[in-house]
Amino acid sequence: MELLSEDQQLIADSATGFLRAGHSIAAFRALRETGDTANIAILPELAKMGWMGIVVPEELGGIGLGYRAAGLIAEELGRNLTVSPFVSSAILAGTALSTSNSQAQKIWAPKVAAGEAVLALALDETAKHRPDRVVTKVTGEADGLKLNGRKTYVVDGGFADRLVVTAKRGDDLCLLLVDPLAAGVTLTSQVMLDSRNAATVVLEDVAVRDADILAQGQAAERALAKTLAAGRAVAATEQLGIAKAAADQTYDYLRTRKQFGVHIGQLQALQHRAAELYCELAQVSSLIAAALNALDSDSADVETLTRAAKAKMARVGQQATEEGVQMHGGIGMTDEMDLGLFMKRDRALAEFLGDAGHHTEWLLRQRGI
Amino acid sequence: MDIDTFRSETRAWLEANCPAEMRTPMGEDDICWGGRTFEFRSPAQKQWLKVMAAKGWTVPAWPKAYGGGGLTGDEQKVLTEEMHRINARPPLQSFGIWMLGPALLQFGTEAQKRHYLPQIARGEIRWCQGYSEPCAGSDLAGLQTKGVDTGVHFEVTGQKIWTSYADQADWIFCLVRTEPDERKHTGISFLLFDMQSDGVSTKPIKLISGASPFCETFFDAVKVPKDQIVGERGQGWTIAKYLLTHEREMIGASDSALFAKSDLAEDAVSAIGLDETGRLDDPMLRADLGQFLIDEICFDAHLEMTGAYMRAGHELGARSAELKYLGTELNKRRQSLRVAAGGSDDLVWEGTANDAGQVAKDWLRSKANTIEGGTSEVMLSILSKAVLKLPG
Ligand SMILES: Cc1cc2nc3c(=O)[nH]c(=O)nc-3n(C[C@H](O)[C@H](O)[C@H](O)COP(=O)(O)OP(=O)(O)OC[C@H]3O[C@@H](n4cnc5c(N)ncnc54)[C@H](O)[C@@H]3O)c2cc1C
Repeated sequence: MELLSEDQQLIADSATGFLRAGHSIAAFRALRETGDTANIAILPELAKMGWMGIVVPEELGGIGLGYRAAGLIAEELGRNLTVSPFVSSAILAGTALSTSNSQAQKIWAPKVAAGEAVLALALDETAKHRPDRVVTKVTGEADGLKLNGRKTYVVDGGFADRLVVTAKRGDDLCLLLVDPLAAGVTLTSQVMLDSRNAATVVLEDVAVRDADILAQGQAAERALAKTLAAGRAVAATEQLGIAKAAADQTYDYLRTRKQFGVHIGQLQALQHRAAELYCELAQVSSLIAAALNALDSDSADVETLTRAAKAKMARVGQQATEEGVQMHGGIGMTDEMDLGLFMKRDRALAEFLGDAGHHTEWLLRQRGI
Repeated sequence: MDIDTFRSETRAWLEANCPAEMRTPMGEDDICWGGRTFEFRSPAQKQWLKVMAAKGWTVPAWPKAYGGGGLTGDEQKVLTEEMHRINARPPLQSFGIWMLGPALLQFGTEAQKRHYLPQIARGEIRWCQGYSEPCAGSDLAGLQTKGVDTGVHFEVTGQKIWTSYADQADWIFCLVRTEPDERKHTGISFLLFDMQSDGVSTKPIKLISGASPFCETFFDAVKVPKDQIVGERGQGWTIAKYLLTHEREMIGASDSALFAKSDLAEDAVSAIGLDETGRLDDPMLRADLGQFLIDEICFDAHLEMTGAYMRAGHELGARSAELKYLGTELNKRRQSLRVAAGGSDDLVWEGTANDAGQVAKDWLRSKANTIEGGTSEVMLSILSKAVLKLPG
């Protein structure tokens, strides 16, 4: 039902064609078999289509098509369960780099856009997302700066070339680039429930140069706010693709599975649950599109819309995957079906960058209650 | 005209022509329904209708030839935005605008359009909807009111029920079985007639909110001239369903002034207060409010997208059921939260303290939302078949 521009329609079509052809769920299963959580082979292909620089402006080596276009890609990535550093590097790092103005930006933004480097955001310090409670610290002066702290749920951190780390320098927020191979960095790469990568990172007296600082103070606050807003909206869009795929498989099953001599889709109890899921998917699609459009136009309701989209999608994603399993019965619980894969990826994305409760709490606070 | 010029001219015109009294929040009693017997609440209300109707802006999307504004989709959006900007009230609301008009535009003859549509646009004739019968609710096509062809007339006999504002309406659009030998869905015709015709009577029914907005409506050999049929004989069901999609869009969008607009969060804070951490001093209600607010933002975004889609020239069709289902279920939650936030203060039924129990009355009224225009269950059934193509 969405009205797309010509450029956006082109992106949507190429995302569908490219991902369904070579990077479908079968490809995901093959990666899982071999324990490959990075799928680094896809990177040059994504870069060639411009996707790794989709939100990076042209003067920094990207194609600057924006977030609505990025969402069209993310939705297909979700639908196909394609493993890629699109959200971590193209969207989160891409936004952080594009919104901060520093020497590091000029070096790394083109590399990200060209797929020559993968950057991962090292933000969370606790099991729940609390971006404004940063304990990681930068101390010392000039070229004797030291970084200390601990980061968790660093998505794609296990194979990233640089980490974008949030830290405090006095009262100032800092965004800085850290080489995971540098002295004092202990990175533990982990396989998560969705067969993707996330790392924990311990930072002990890691030497930092001024040139590693992407942004500091208010500039860092602004860059981080936009980065998180973008990440929320695009992650929610990936979830939307997953939820729609789960729902489509479920509707198909209702049309074909027979019990009691009838198609189970003739049973009203199931029809109504399917229709309700459909309604929820329709309205959350609109909300997500609105959030992405708000990012593109830098409008005043970016925070509200991206948070509402993330919170709402967490609930609808859960509904889609749980209803999917339930309406499939026993076979829904098997690894052979895709539903479980959808459910696991959906759960990871629901937690990533803040769950429904986190963003609902923000909204309540913002409304003065 | 380019859209920016249209905006500035519209803004200036509204500034000059919208009376100050028509820029204040309104309640159900302030709705201008129009019609032969309508009593305007103020000279300003009458004036506002007059000037808006003269521009065709009571029905901005309709062609000018039929009393409309002939505005493009973008212009309609600008007009709505500019009216919201100054809190201008809708000059006219009616079943003619929401329901009959779109059906006539689609299925009426040229003569019917030229006759009936301008009367609706100017608020001269108020219409009611004769669909439901005591034995035909969700199963509407099972209706039994009959129309017998006597050569010059259809002679209509039977009973309708839940006919909103039948006692105040001038004309009725009515579903009547004219082809008794045809099957259920193909034996129905869509007739228009004057409520002052001989043989029409109404009996108001009292609602749980205390108001009596709807009626039982009886027809005893009412003579309806044969040119007052819309479409062909036996085509009534198709027209009826088309009209329902527009009714459902309207109910779903809660586009009417049936419910007072108020800020739930603010209402809750002023009624309950904050705790020492600055949160609403009622954690469970606060959590419910949180979920509601997220859903409200979501549905508003959906309405916005859907509006853009329709302004681009698409019809929603069966998807009107999706708006109706989501919008009405959400409004029920909204009204429940409002009454919960007010506590016992909002339970006072008579007196001036709380606007004579308006919140409680709205709460009760909202329960009808998921019934009128087709129940939520029926909406889900429509979607499962028409959109999801699940087996019947
Ligand atoms: C405030 C208000 C205003 C109204 N105004 C008008 C008006 O102006 N003109 C007019 O013609 N009508 C009007 N109506 C009537 C309205 O359209 C009907 O009430 C509605 O269609 C339901 O029909 P019913 O009341 O006979 O309920 P029923 O059809 O008897 O339904 C009873 C219950 O059974 C459920 N049910 C029925 N069939 C199914 C099914 N197949 N599958 C699952 N569940 C089912 C329903 O969802 C409902 O929960 C109005 C109603 C209200 C409340």
